[in-house]
Amino acid sequence: MSNTTVELTRPSVQAKRSPGKLAILWKEVRRHKVSYFFLAPFLLLFTLFTIIPVITSFALSFTYYNMIESPKFIGWSNYKLLFVDDDIFLKAIANTLKFAVITGPVGYIMAFLLAWLISQIPVKYRFIYTLCFYTPAITSSIAISVVWLYMFSGDRYGLINYWAMKLGILNEPWLWLQNIKTIMPVLIIVSLWMSMGIGFLAFLAGLQNVPRDYYEAGAIDGIKNRFQELWFITIPSVKPQLLFGAVMQVVSSLQVFDISIQLLGMPSVLYAGHTVMTHLFDYAFIRFEMGYATAIAVVLFLMMVGLNRVIFRLLGSGE
Amino acid sequence: MIGTSSIVKGKRFDFSGIFLYTFLTVLGLLMLAPLVYMFSSALKPTSELFLFPPRFFVVNPTLKNFKDLLLATGTSIVPFSRYIFNSIVVSSFIVVGSIVIAAMAAYPLSKHDMPFKKFIFNMILLALMFAPQVTQIPQFIVIKELGLINTYVALIIPALAAPVSLFLMKQFLDQIPNALLEATRIDGGNEWTTFWKVVMPMLKPAWATLALFSFISAWNDPWAANIYTTTEDMKTLPLALQTLSGGYGVVARTGTVAAASFLMVVPTILVFVITQRMVLETMAHSGIKE
Repeated sequence: MSNTTVELTRPSVQAKRSPGKLAILWKEVRRHKVSYFFLAPFLLLFTLFTIIPVITSFALSFTYYNMIESPKFIGWSNYKLLFVDDDIFLKAIANTLKFAVITGPVGYIMAFLLAWLISQIPVKYRFIYTLCFYTPAITSSIAISVVWLYMFSGDRYGLINYWAMKLGILNEPWLWLQNIKTIMPVLIIVSLWMSMGIGFLAFLAGLQNVPRDYYEAGAIDGIKNRFQELWFITIPSVKPQLLFGAVMQVVSSLQVFDISIQLLGMPSVLYAGHTVMTHLFDYAFIRFEMGYATAIAVVLFLMMVGLNRVIFRLLGSGE
Repeated sequence: MIGTSSIVKGKRFDFSGIFLYTFLTVLGLLMLAPLVYMFSSALKPTSELFLFPPRFFVVNPTLKNFKDLLLATGTSIVPFSRYIFNSIVVSSFIVVGSIVIAAMAAYPLSKHDMPFKKFIFNMILLALMFAPQVTQIPQFIVIKELGLINTYVALIIPALAAPVSLFLMKQFLDQIPNALLEATRIDGGNEWTTFWKVVMPMLKPAWATLALFSFISAWNDPWAANIYTTTEDMKTLPLALQTLSGGYGVVARTGTVAAASFLMVVPTILVFVITQRMVLETMAHSGIKE
């Protein structure tokens, strides 16, 4: 009883202030309060740990803040410092882009092609191959770094040096993780090994669900081989998954961090494996220069969102 | 003539078929090699660990490394089992919590028609576009201000509202026809009972998927513990492993480190094997349609 009276009186109070649209909206909101109740836990946590942090990051990036004194507004100084004076940051950006330009497209195409190849074989064998390719992606990079450190070890006991010297490719041990020529390639190889992740699963699932009659119709229309099928039927049918996979790939290739710290240490030799994320971590949780660190975070945020907007424009315009 | 090599008429064991299997098998084995090496190292006795040239497979498997890990490190500040316990507590709460929270939020976003629905979903899409790590500093400040440093809560709640969880849950729910929900709706039941009795059971494949993804990210993530905890007894398994292995440049305690790595990796593989069928069912609907 009391509930209905509230519902009746509240909109009229609103209506006095701004009649029309807002009142109708308020009425609608109240009518759907159950819906908002379901959304509440997520929205509360999402606001607290995503929305507020994003806004705060933008605000803090214009301040000097060390967690002890309260933040002091310093305008664009952090950004000026980042792009003009901080050579290590520029190096980190260059490294991150170099890394992303290779692992992004290569990892993405590899994931799609492998998923496509797997979808060509009978269902009963698919799982075993899926497991082979997906397991590296879910392996803790800390756990597996034990193996990589041994493989790429710089002395003659390292697996790669051992074989390279035995086969006569190298005369003396190569310092894989200390020589700036090989730091980046090693990082890229290890990341590609781990790159058949969530996107790979999305492709695999999408490819399994392309309706069979599309192919039958295609055969009638004169599709001659598997590659024409792939290009004219399969790819257009899994476009939504391709977009999802691309978004995930952009994010994961720009946030390279764990493997760099694990394999190369912090900082890496001559900062050759230094990335935007490691730079951020250094300033945030080692030096506690939070203002400067949030400026780095904002740059990374803008890189990710900007690149994903481009991806959306390229892949998302289908329907 | 047309389409002889295509899927429709599919001659599986032609020449290209053999080539396909060979290629996939060789690549698959290459991908697994580092993991196999890690597993066999965990079972190697000391004499085999330091053989030169090293052996790929173990000859005399032993559980000594695991015993060392659980006993010898027990003499340090906290027993190793404490890290395992912490990791299990944190990961289980994240898995259960994020499934319930994402399912609850996905239901109105998919099946109700309220104001701001599109706006909320677009925000989730936007949040998919950046890594949660970029918001880590303010998150840390929030946690600190709430006085949650060195608590399990600090390790759990920031991970509960993952945009990708809600996204996958919502996409999966979208393809369940409304008619099906209406047909099974319990007479006289309100939205709350409908949700738990009708919607939740239908979302089972999506739960499995979120269980996999949230478990993997929670189980493998050392940074939450690294940032939000300062005491030894709150460390999680990956952070402890990082300390144990000494990271870059340290080759000490090879056996125990291999055993600890083994303990880190096996649960993730198990969870995938258990959930894989339902995961693929869910991921079929993961596409972003505009």
